[in-house]
Parts: sequence; C-alpha cells; structure tokens
Amino acid sequence: MLSDTERQEIEREIVHYPRARAAVAEALMVVQRHRGWVSDEAVRDVAALLEMTPDEVEGIATFYSMVFRQPVGRHIIHLCDSVSCWIMGQETLLEHLQRKLGIGFGETTADRRFTLIPAGCLGACDLAPVMRVDDDLYGHLTPAKLDEILERYP
Amino acid sequence: MPRITINNQVHDIPWEGRNLLEVCLDLGYDVPYFCWHPAMHSVGACRQCAVKQFRDEHDTQGRIVMACMTPATDGTIISTDDPEAVAFRRSVAEWLMVNHPHDCPVCDEGGECHLQDMTVMAGHNYRRYRFTKRTFRNQDLGPFLNHEMNRCIQCYRCTRFYRGYAGGRDFEVLGWHDHVYFGRAADGPLESEFSGNLVEVCPTGVFTDKTLKEHYTRKWDLQTAPSICVHCGLGCNIIAGERYGVLRCIRSRYNDQVNGYFLCDRGRFGYGFVNDEERIRQPLIRNERGELEPCTIEEALWKTSSILRHGRAIGIGSPRASLEANFSLRYLVGEENFHHGMSGRSYQLVREMLAILQQGPAPAASMSAVAQGDAALLLGEDVTNVAPMLGLALRQNILRQPTREALRLPIHEYEDSAIHEAIQVGRGPLYIATPDVTRLDEETPNTYRAAPQDIARFGFAVAHAIDPAAPEVTALPAAVQETAARCAQDLLTSLHPVIVSGFTCGHPDVIHAAANVAWALRRRGKPADLCFTVPECNSLGVALLGGESLNAALQAVRDGTADTVVILENDIIRQMDVDLAEELLERAQHVIVLDHLPSPTTDYADIVLPAATFAESQGTLVNNEGRAQRFLPVFVPQGDVRDSWRWLGDIMVMNGQRGCETWCHLTGVMRLMAETVPALTGVTEITPPPDFRLVGQKIPRQPHRYSGRTAIHADRTVHEPRPPEEVDAPLAYSMEGYPGQPPASLIPRFWAPGWNSGQAVNRYQSHIGGPLKGDSGGVRLIEPPPEAAITYFDHIPDAFVPREDALLVMPDYLIFGSEPLSARSPAIAARTPRPYLGLAPKDMERLGAEEGQVVALLVTGTCYHLPVVARPALPRGVAMLPAGLGNMVALGLPQWGHIEVKREVWD
Repeated sequence: MLSDTERQEIEREIVHYPRARAAVAEALMVVQRHRGWVSDEAVRDVAALLEMTPDEVEGIATFYSMVFRQPVGRHIIHLCDSVSCWIMGQETLLEHLQRKLGIGFGETTADRRFTLIPAGCLGACDLAPVMRVDDDLYGHLTPAKLDEILERYP
Repeated sequence: MPRITINNQVHDIPWEGRNLLEVCLDLGYDVPYFCWHPAMHSVGACRQCAVKQFRDEHDTQGRIVMACMTPATDGTIISTDDPEAVAFRRSVAEWLMVNHPHDCPVCDEGGECHLQDMTVMAGHNYRRYRFTKRTFRNQDLGPFLNHEMNRCIQCYRCTRFYRGYAGGRDFEVLGWHDHVYFGRAADGPLESEFSGNLVEVCPTGVFTDKTLKEHYTRKWDLQTAPSICVHCGLGCNIIAGERYGVLRCIRSRYNDQVNGYFLCDRGRFGYGFVNDEERIRQPLIRNERGELEPCTIEEALWKTSSILRHGRAIGIGSPRASLEANFSLRYLVGEENFHHGMSGRSYQLVREMLAILQQGPAPAASMSAVAQGDAALLLGEDVTNVAPMLGLALRQNILRQPTREALRLPIHEYEDSAIHEAIQVGRGPLYIATPDVTRLDEETPNTYRAAPQDIARFGFAVAHAIDPAAPEVTALPAAVQETAARCAQDLLTSLHPVIVSGFTCGHPDVIHAAANVAWALRRRGKPADLCFTVPECNSLGVALLGGESLNAALQAVRDGTADTVVILENDIIRQMDVDLAEELLERAQHVIVLDHLPSPTTDYADIVLPAATFAESQGTLVNNEGRAQRFLPVFVPQGDVRDSWRWLGDIMVMNGQRGCETWCHLTGVMRLMAETVPALTGVTEITPPPDFRLVGQKIPRQPHRYSGRTAIHADRTVHEPRPPEEVDAPLAYSMEGYPGQPPASLIPRFWAPGWNSGQAVNRYQSHIGGPLKGDSGGVRLIEPPPEAAITYFDHIPDAFVPREDALLVMPDYLIFGSEPLSARSPAIAARTPRPYLGLAPKDMERLGAEEGQVVALLVTGTCYHLPVVARPALPRGVAMLPAGLGNMVALGLPQWGHIEVKREVWD
C-alpha cells in the first residue's frame, strides 16, 4: 500500500503530464525516496495508481539504474566507470573501495551502510575520476580523499 | 517507376515508398535480417541487413547503410556483396552470437531457426568468443509457450509484436544493457490471445511451442499439408504437421487476404483433439446388451446400408463438416430429407447474413479489408473471443487514421518506431456496442453496454444519422443518440469504414441494423464493408447448401415419415434444446452417427462410423466472408477412420444408389456438387485437380531431409511398406516429388534453400506482404450484385425492459472453452475457466447473491448450479452464461432464465 504522502506526491507529478502513466519514473522515485528502494508490491501499487500493468511499470523500473529493485544500504556510492574516469585512475579507486568496504559492485556492506554501484557516466568528465554519494558529487578523487569523504556518511 | 541498381543489375521496381530490404528480398537477393518483420516493418535495431550504397556511378567508396531503413528511390545504387558490407554483416552476426548458447541440438527451434539461417547467410561460422555468457532464469509462461531467455539476441520482435501489433500489456522488455530480458513481471500465462505467434515471430528459440514439446519433432521430420483452421468461422490458413500418426503442431500459413502471417492461440494450440485417446477409430455397433462394440468396416457398411435400404432416412448435416461431406449426406438421403444441423436460431441468423451479403450493396470484408479499413463499428460482437483473429485485424484498423496523419511528417510507412512515436496513443474511430466489456475496449472511449435490442436500436440510429432515408429510432436516450450521431460522423469522415456484427447476440435485428449502417454509408458514397461472424467453420457453406431445420427433423421422426437418422459430425444436443434433441434421438428407430469423438449424441447411436478430422481428410470450408478454401489431408489416420464423404459414398455403393460411382473420387463429388448447387460453382477452382503434376511429379508432403523413413515401422517389420497412395490430391505421402515451389494452394510448408524457418515465405510471395505467387487465396462465392438496390430494414425492436422475475441470459463466448473441439485439447483446457454466471451488481443486490455464491439458473429447460461473478459493466436484467463450458448449451441463447439463490458457498 502506498502511504498517503506517497500518493499525494505522485499525484502532484501526474498533473504535469497529459496522461498519468507518463509520470511513472517520478512515481518510482517518490516511492524510493520514502523507502530507499522499490519492492514488488510497490511496483504493483504504482501500476494500479497510474492505470498501468505491473509489467509495464517493471519495464521502466528495471530500465533505470537509479531505481533500486532490491534493498540497498543507507548510502549509495556511484563510482563512474566510463572511459574518462578510467583513464584518470578509476581502477585504483575501485580497488581501494573494494578493499576498504569489503564489497564489489552491486553489493552492500554487512552493516548496511554503503551500496556500491557503477555509473555509466556522471556527466562530470572535467573532474574525473568522479563518484556520487547519495546526491553529492565528488571529483578529482584519490584514495586518501575517498577515505575522508566516506567518513561524512555514517 | 523507380529504377534501382543492385550488384550492377538494373531493376525496375513497381512503386515508391518501400525500403531496400523488402526490394532485395522481392528480387531474390539473400540479405540477412533479424529485427525487420514483414508485418511489423523496420526499426533498424539489429544492424544485420547492412548493404553498401553509392551516391552515383562515380562513387567508388560507398557507405554502409541498413537496407531496412533506406528507401528504394529512383537511382539508388547498392551492392549487397561488397566485401566491406559482407564483413560488416559477418561481424554483426558474430557479436549477436556472443551470448547465444551452443544448444541447437536440444533446441526446439533447430531446423526452422531464422538465427541459424541468418548466421550461415552472414558467413559467421567460427566462434572466437571464449568467455562466460550471460544467463537468465526463465519464466513459466503458461501452457502454450516455453521460455528460454539465454537464446535471446535482443531483436525486440517479440515485444513489437506482442505489445505494438497485438496490443498485449503483460509482456515487457525488462532490464537494460547486457541484461535485457523479455518476459513478464512475474511468472504466469501470457494473457494475449495471440501469444502463440511469438513462436514464429521470435527468430530463435526463446519462445517455442510447449504443446509441440509434448511430442517433439523437427520441422524436417514433419509430414505437412496445407489446411484450414476449424476452430471458428474465419478460416485462417494453417500448416498442420504430423509424425508417427500424431498431429504435432499447427503453424500459420500465409494468406494475404485472410490471416496474413498470424494465428490466434485457439487455432494454434487447439489441435489436441485429433490425438485424443477417446477418438473413435473403429466402427461401433450397438449389441443386444445395448453396448456399442467394435466391428469391421464391412459389417458396419452392410448393417448401415441395410438399415437405409429398408428405412425411411433423414440426414442431419453439420456446420463443422466439409461441404463435400454435407453434400454426400444430402445426396444419400435426398435433398428433401437433408437437414442442415444448425440450431434454428443460428441458421436463421446465418441465412440473414447470407441474404444481406448476396443482395445488398455492401460486400463481405476479408480480414485484410478489415485491417486496411480506417474506422469500425462493432454491433454485438466481442470479436476477440468469438473470432479472435478479427480482433487482431481491428487492432490494425484503428491505427490506420493516425498512421495516415503521421505520414505527413517526413517519415516512411515502414519506419515502425517513428510511426509509433508519432502516433502515441492516437487511435482511429472504433465504436463497440456489446452487452459486456471486450478486449478491444481499452483502445476506444466509445463503448456502449446494452442488451441486444438496444444494440440494434443503437445501430439503427447510426444508420439514420448517416442517411435520413433509413428508418428512425424514437425514444432513444439522449446520451445514446449523441453517441450514435458521433459514430455516424466518424464513419462518414473515414475513407473505408467496416461494420462488424454477427451471431452472438442471437438477434436478427442486430444484423439488420449493421446492414442498414453499411448500406447508408454506401448511399453516402463510402465504400463500407460488412463483416459478420458465424458460429462454426463451415456455417456459411452449409447455409449455401440449404436444408431443413432440426425441428423439421424432429417433426419427421414424430409423425413417422422418418425412422432412421444419419448424423454427420454433429453433436445435435448442442444445437437444439436438450429435451427435443433427446426426443429426436430416442424416437428414431435407428441412429447412425459419423464423428471423430464420442459425444452425447453418439451415446444414442446404433452405429457409429469413425470420421476423419480436418487433418486426415480433404474438403472445402466456406468462411464468414464467403471464401471457399480447401484443406488437404496431412496423414492417413490409424484404424478404420475415413473421410465422412467416403463412408457415405460406400453406403451408396452398397445400396447401388444411382450416381454412386461419382463417389470413387472426391473430385467427382466436388464437380457434382458445383453442378447441383449453383452458389457453389467456384469450389472446383480452389486447388488444382488430383492429376495435376509438376514436371510429371506430385508435391511431396515430406521434406527432402525427412529422416528415419525406413525405420519408422521397424518395431513391426523390417520391410519398408509402400507409402499410402493419394488419389484425391496432387500431394504424395512421400519425400519424393517436385522439389520446387508448388501452386500456392498446395504449399505443404514454407522452405527455400538457405531459408529453413517460416521466414522462407518471402520466397513464395509475389512481393513482400502481397499474395502468394499465382494464387487466388481461396474463391469468394458471394459478391454484391452490380446494381444492388437498397431496401432498408425497417423493423426496429422495442427498447429492452428488464424483468423482475427473470434475467435475459446471454451466451458469453470464450476463446478458450466455447469451441468444443479445441476445448478437448489439453493446452486449451488448461486455460478454460470454471463455469460461472455473470451478473450486473444491481441484479446481484436485488437477488441477494454475493460474488462466488452458487445460484441455480433455469434456462432452456436445464438447471445449472453456478457461482456468481460480478460484471460491473453489464446492463441490468442481463446475465452472461459462458458458452459451451461443461454441458452448457449456447446456441439457444439468449433466453429468459430464472435464478434461485441458494445458501451455500462454492468450494
């Protein structure tokens, strides 16, 4: 069941579009903002609200890598693995992160603090190598800088 | 006429606006492709049809283009065999194959796999990729389809068909990147009535036929013949395949006028009845103890002929038997003693349709005409359940106007994704007037839920709004009047409107209203077509043949003018009131039944003769459009099963009946029938005669790669028996014969060198999407007279008034379950719902019935105990009874029925 707040927020998105179903990506993000991820049940609820089939919502939900269909940690690390960042030393950063957190791409730490996900491109090649933690972007990364940044996310 | 150059050969192509891939295929060039499909056109996704295009004759460099996305305009110069294009295509095949498993030997698609064909055609024959392949978990998609996602090459054809073409909404592209998954959000049967087409649409083995897996056989090991689907009145063309005496699968047989490339799931998966364990395979005679016991053919013939010699016999024909079988029965018992075997109501309706099509100015629409039309009015028909493929045609019809609109943009008609992008949710006018919701409702806001009388009144109102000379309907509610006016306006502004109606409302007024609308449009200069659904595969054919009613048969038995009844492939207990049918069968001294399967009617028989099914016999069926089409035998049945016309002919021979010598060969019967019944004159022209030969040879039913022929009988004998002889068709039960392309009506399978999959059809078409080479695609028996006068029907029924003491019980036709033969097939049975009674919420309230509660329904003299299902859209006073489920008789409906609510819960 969608909460009243979720429902209201989704309905606020719907008014921007000629048809309710056009707001499906926003609706999923609303759910994710409140719950951290989108469950099977939430997919069905969003579908019912937008007059879509669960299959149609699932198609959208699984297309966008920022929609999480599994539970994730409290903080999401998106480490860019596109070519600019790779040239600028992304591999070293990845090794460092993996060693430090003990997880690989697509995994969550045992204390559920971090989930590590690769990002195709974060649109900040001038700052390469970059990563995003939750909604914050960090550039010109080095292992040392990484350690310091992660401390800010309890 | 555009002139283009391909590989330095100059070709004149008939018209503009086509893409290079179609043109290349038309001209016989082998250009590999995956994502393009002749019915769904181009998206340019797979990059497999790369060719090299040159600016002009001085351009030596050229550039790679995708043939399917490049228009064939005048002066186009391309090369399909340019080394760079060849290398490009080879590379594309290589990377499409990166994740494809090496499982051809265990894959059901092997041997008819487009991916195999195209990989060979593209020249990729050595795999360099040595790493892990991506793998998926498969889904259970229900009783029709297997799912094996690892084989997927991401061509997107499946979703483009399922969602874009067939309007399904429970199948999606999931995931992204290297993990694109084609499936459902969760396991479960695919809901679309056309899901089975994925078997043929998928270029590889992701979606394969689950019913075939039960008794798997490779395409090259199947004995096949051209056939006609018998599971509704549309007459879709099919290819049926057999091995070891078992019918193995049904594939679509392309006919540009009828079913195009596709079939519905009932037609594709409903063949199981042919292999039913209960099939009658020996003649049966009732012994002194009153049991049916097997006997020899001779005994059965001797007994039957002696009964007929001494008795006064009448014949009851069947709307699901061929014209030839019905005609043979008519000849055996005499024209005046022949009964058509249809329920009184359905015969009356079919005769009405026939008269309208024969005398009025509006022709019967072929399914292709329905799909090509650009507006439609449905009066009383839930087509997706009654005549499913008509629903698929209508889904194309409603895209016609928005497509025309989209083509004002600088895009080509074949650019499928651009067209869909431009159309968005745009739909052409579709008006649906039915008692309950239909699967097409989601495509239109214009629906009207009403009882049959009110549907007719709505139709009459539309006709009057189109042409004031058509009779007016008085006292119509304002909202209905407004919808009728809008409908009239939409039909008038369309270019080619189609009016669809049929038998399910059981009301001649509904059919009359449809005729009035079409005729009014004709008077206003619109080329409107009529499309009627009919109850069974040969309803219209039997109506053309004529005959007396079943009630007349009962009367004849009652008053003693007849003492013997010969029943042809018909369960008459389904066709008339049970009491009357039982009286007829009990009163008759001798009942002789010819049929495939035991039925309530065979329980009354004194003699049962095993009749061949469509797959084992030959004959002609007339579809709802009046198109006569022939089905040819696929295999020789086991046991004493024989064609009905042959049984009847042999009885005539035993009795030395005059003219019986004609019954030696089917051609003779056909010819005599065409001479005797003027309406059927065209039927001799459908297929070439049995003595037709190509280079002195017959057409082989078995492919030239048919394996294990000499071992098939090895469990019984090491000697290879002589193949059965075929005297009634120019086809042979053999792999030997003419290896090339036969005339279209005799094509046993689509195959061409390098094209093992069904996609080989492009080698048989006169042009992509056009008719098969040199074929009429059946013979239309009914055309409007040249100067047809319009006499509007002027009987307008009174508005429906719900009764307090009774409900109008309407038949609820279901794609899975309502048609008795397919309902016996295990896959179809698995999708058939349990019987129920659909009620409007207001009626449930009035009766004090709750959802799921069992109520007693008394209708047409029978009492049913059924759980209630709420049908919110149903008008008050109308109830829906699923047709044909269990022992439910449908053809007597609609009738007033009485409901008694019991205090007990359905388990």
